[in-house]
Order: sequence, then C-alpha cells, then structure tokens
Amino acid sequence: MSLDRRDFFKTMGIAGLTLAIGNESSAKPVGNQETEFFGMLFDATLCIGCGSCLKACSKSNQLPAPEGEIEPGVIQKTSESRRAVINNYNTSKGEVYIRNQCMHCNEPACAAACLTKAMHKTKEGPVVWDADRCMGCRYCMVSCPFDVPKFEYHSANPRIQKCDMCYSRIEKGKIPACAEACGDALIFGTRRELIAEARKRITENPDDYVDQIYGEHVAGGTGVIYLSPVPFKELGVKQGLQNASYPSLSKGFLYSVPSVFIILPTLLLGIHEATKTNEQNHEH
Amino acid sequence: MNISSKQIESLKLREPGTPMIKFLWEQLKPRGAWLTPFNLISIPIIFLGIGLIVIRFWKGIGSITNLTQETPWGLWIGFDVVTGVAFAGGAYVITFMVYILKIRKYHSIVRVTVLNGFLAYVFYAGALLLDLGRPWNVVNPIIGNGFGTSSVLFLVAWHFLLYMIAELIEFSPAIAEWLGAKRAHKILSGMTIAAVIFGITLSTLHQSGLGALYLMAKDKIHPLWYSEFIPVLFLVSSVFAGLSMVIFEGSITHKVFSDKISDSNHKAHHGIIHGLSKICTAAMFAYFFLQLLVFIHGKHWTYLNTSMGYWYLVEMIGFVVIPMLIYFIGYRRNKLLLIRIAAILTMLGIIINRLNVTVIGFRWDATPHYVPSWMEIVVTLTVIFTEIWIFRWVINRMPVLQESPSWVEESK
Repeated sequence: MSLDRRDFFKTMGIAGLTLAIGNESSAKPVGNQETEFFGMLFDATLCIGCGSCLKACSKSNQLPAPEGEIEPGVIQKTSESRRAVINNYNTSKGEVYIRNQCMHCNEPACAAACLTKAMHKTKEGPVVWDADRCMGCRYCMVSCPFDVPKFEYHSANPRIQKCDMCYSRIEKGKIPACAEACGDALIFGTRRELIAEARKRITENPDDYVDQIYGEHVAGGTGVIYLSPVPFKELGVKQGLQNASYPSLSKGFLYSVPSVFIILPTLLLGIHEATKTNEQNHEH
Repeated sequence: MNISSKQIESLKLREPGTPMIKFLWEQLKPRGAWLTPFNLISIPIIFLGIGLIVIRFWKGIGSITNLTQETPWGLWIGFDVVTGVAFAGGAYVITFMVYILKIRKYHSIVRVTVLNGFLAYVFYAGALLLDLGRPWNVVNPIIGNGFGTSSVLFLVAWHFLLYMIAELIEFSPAIAEWLGAKRAHKILSGMTIAAVIFGITLSTLHQSGLGALYLMAKDKIHPLWYSEFIPVLFLVSSVFAGLSMVIFEGSITHKVFSDKISDSNHKAHHGIIHGLSKICTAAMFAYFFLQLLVFIHGKHWTYLNTSMGYWYLVEMIGFVVIPMLIYFIGYRRNKLLLIRIAAILTMLGIIINRLNVTVIGFRWDATPHYVPSWMEIVVTLTVIFTEIWIFRWVINRMPVLQESPSWVEESK
C-alpha cells in the first residue's frame, strides 16, 4: 500500500491548501505543502511469527542477524543491535505473536526532548536520528514513554539505535524492509489509510478482533498502529499511557520561560531602584 | 598585630609593576602543609578517578557505569548535576538579598557564595561532559547545529552557559584585585548589577528547569515523586538547599580559613547564620505546604502503605519537617549548633529528594533496578574533591574571605 494520489489530493483540498504539481512516486510534499505521513499497521491476528521481517530489518540496517527463537513466554527486548522483536504470548485465545519497535509517534517525546534536533520526525512520518547532531545526552531515552531509543553503552563513538521505518528506502519511494518481507501482518501506508483499514477489519470481523486500535490515540497517536484478537494488556503492550501527547507535559513550563525573562528582570530592577535610597541613608 | 601580619603573609596580591607571568607562576606553586588528612584522602581518589575517566572515553560509558537502556541517567546526572545545582542555589539568593534588597548584613559572604556557585556550575558542567556519549557535539545546541527549542534541556543548557558567564562577571572584581588590574576592576564592578539581575533570572529558570526535564517521564517516576509541580518544588527547595549549603560551607571555611577572616567579619558570621536560619525555616515551610498540596491533590493515600510510601514519609518527615523545626528552634534560641545540625539534615534531605526523583523513583519497577557502580561513585568524588582543591586554591590567593586591597577603596 502506498500513497493514493486521489486521497492525497482530497486531503489537501479539505485542508484548503493550494497544491502544486505532484507525481505518483513522490511521497515528499510538493513545494512547501505538508502531506499526510506514513505509518505501519501490525495485525496480530495474521502474524505467524515467521521472523522474516526481523531478518529483513537486520539485513537492511547492517545489524547482526536475530538470535534466539520466538518461543512462548520468552520475552525479547529491542536493543542497540536489534531494532525490532517479535514475542509470543500465551493469551486467552491461544498463542499470539506481537511485534515491538519504534511507534513513530505523531508528536514524539524523543524529538521534543532533543536539544539539537538530532532526533526528529520527518515530514514523511518516520522519526529518525542524526549522528552529526547528537550529543549522546540520552534525554530522548528518558522521555520516550515506550522506552524505544537504545544507546551503545560500550562504544567510544556511541549511536542511538532505533527503528527509523527504513527512512532511506522511503526517500527512494520504496517501502520499509520489514513490510516488504511480510506483506501480510505488517502493512505500510499513510496513517489515515491504515486507521481506515484497521477500522474496516474490526467492523467486518468483530469476532476476530478486540474493538481497539492501539496507537490511534495513545501518546497523542502513533505512526505504528496495532490490531489484536485479545485485549492488548495480554500482549505486554505498554498500558496506562496518557492519550495526550507527551511533549504537551512540558509545554506549560516552556511557554512560561519568555514571560519570566521579561517580568523578573523588570521586577528586580524596580526593587533595586526602590532600595537605593535605603542604602544611601544607611551609608550617610 | 599578629593577625594582620598573618593576613599580609597569606594574601599575596600583585603589586603594580610586577610582571604578570612571574606573578602567575608564583601563584601556581603550592602553599602550606602537604600531608593534611584531606590531601591524603583526596589525592589517591582523584588519580583513581582520572584513570576511570580515561577508561570511560576509551571503552564507552557502559565500561564503568551500571546504566541500562531503561535507566539512561544515573548518579552522574541525578547527583552531580541535579543535586549539585540545588546546592549552588545560595548564590542567587544571597546576591538577591545583597544587591537587590541591599541588606548589608550578608555582604561579607557574597564573594565566597558566588565563588561556590560558579565553581559548582563549572564542575557540574564538566561532570555532564563525562556523561555525554558524544561530547564533541556539545557545542551543537549553542552554535545552532540544530536549535531544539522545544526541549527543556535546550533551555537548561543555554541557561547553564549564560549563568556561568554571569557568575564569572559577579566574581571577576576579586580576580581583578588579585591581578592588580585597576582599570578592569572598575569596568567589571560596573557590570555587577546587570550580571546579578540576569543571574537571578537565569537561576530561577534553570533550578525549575532541572525539574521540568522530568515532566515527560510521567510514567517512569513513582507517583509519589511525580507531579506537574516538580519545577516549582525544585525552585522552592533550591532556596533552602542553597542557604543550608552556605551555612554548612561557611561554618567549615570559618574554621579552616579563620586566619583570613577579619575580626569584624568573624563577629558578623553568627548574625548571618542566624538570619539565614529564619529564611530556611520559611522556605521549608512553603515547600512542605506545597508537597502536602501535591500529595492531597494527587490522591496518593494508597501508595503510603508500600515500601516506597514509607521511604516517602522518611523524606518528608525526617528530612523536611524535622530539620525545619530544628531550624526554627535554632533561630528562636539563637543556637548556632542547632542551626548547623539542621543545615546538614536539610542537605541530606535534598540529596534524598533529588535522587528519589532522578534515580531511586525513576523506573523503580524495573528489574534489575539501577544501582551506581563503585566506579561511578569514585568519579563523582573526583569531581567534588577537584572542586574543593580549586576552591581552596582561589581562597588562598584571591580576596574572597579577606578584605579587598586598599586601592579599591581609594579608587571609589
């Protein structure tokens, strides 16, 4: 699934924006227009745990091949050498496989946390990391509610490792390596299309799915969304996260800074002037 | 007579006409006894720490720290930076009282407090470099290789940098007096008020900013320590954290450097500590009240009967209410000893509070929970000891505790 040209035009029209000339393969916005961004849909009812998406991921990103079998109850985590994992949970509906990687949030906490914009959300959708800017402060790791960014603690020139939705492939008009390798349980497309597709699947097969799209609202909405046959809490998916975006938590503080910078010095200068006479009286 | 000759002996300011290079070379030489207990403890630790720092840059941060993917910030951020900066809060409170409110009583401790604050910031910025994975990129947010203006850390970094400059300007007249630079002294003294106003503004913003760093970690910090009021709590607690440090540090320097302090300042010392204890009592009361509001507003009763809840009560009662009461009694009865005990308890409480937010309560549920390695502790001690060495070097050479040279008064 790739960008549907007609939907693209329609969205732009609704947004009331004028549209320059676009072409079929281009995912980039034309001129200074914003396009809707890409995401991925993982459908846990369809995943059989073959692991081909993981092999494609490590190959495409020059990382060591995945080790360890996908076994029920053996919970693997993403790490500095693995950008995605698949785990098998024993659930109320038997064994269910679920993938874990960067959620590519609509409004990512990691990007808001980054003081050099080394971590940033591209206009195409993937949240990517730029080695030339990163100071290695790891504030992105502190802030990410999904604990996604991983740090190479044992390197003198450490990088932050996380899924970048194969951004370099997307730029060339290709789809992420994992989605290409799977083509069934993991599909790529614009987020709006994916939400529509997910909702369609739930409506058409209400017995096969729980009536929830994980990622539709959580953390302000994520680029990677999930469908599941069982409640998500059975699949080790992060529970209890807020629906507002995480950067909204520090907005109040950030907005107060300019006012403090105006009000406080003025106030201090005022008191300083007002107390001048006191000092003179004191000295004479 | 004896005291004044000793004073002249200890403070060798540059006489006009002495070549600068020769003067500086002589100032670099060590003075006094070498085999003091402090030196015997600190020197081996500093050397061990330097060795560990070499390993850290060679093999990566993971080679000497216990940091994990779940706990990316440990002792070096939680203690060296977040706690240390709270202790440096005395500088903005004292400069506010002396230069803005013009309370002359505290004038004699301005320089030593500002020096303390300045060195604290320089060393914590230095400690921060050890914790950065890619420290060669540290200038990026300053030179504009990506202005992450949506980041609280971006503000904190800029405020740190600007505040260090403001404090250096505030302290610079002492350096000018040391170097015998009369014209520079005049210019730098003229900049003091601007630096003070700028410095206080920056201080309030980054004291609260250090708390605001953790706002996005809402789901990772234990609910008893997370609230949207963390920035306010950090700001209010930095007032009494800083002043307790002034009391503690003042009491020590008073003993160690007693030969450098004039008789009038010796007498003023008691009154200063007495006055500060009153401010601490008030600030701690405000802080406790805020904490209580946060607790009740957050409906945290259910957490109290857990091990983290007991720990919370230890912090709030043992290290906020009790030192507050001791400060109050010490103030009312004018007992210096009680005030000093309260200062030490308060400082322990600040350490506990900052570590609860940043390390102990941060991913308290993760298994295994992060505990700093002995090597992280040694590096932290290295930072603190090196700072004390520099502090001692400056106190022994510049007019910080001592009176300014006579030409300062003449040129007024």
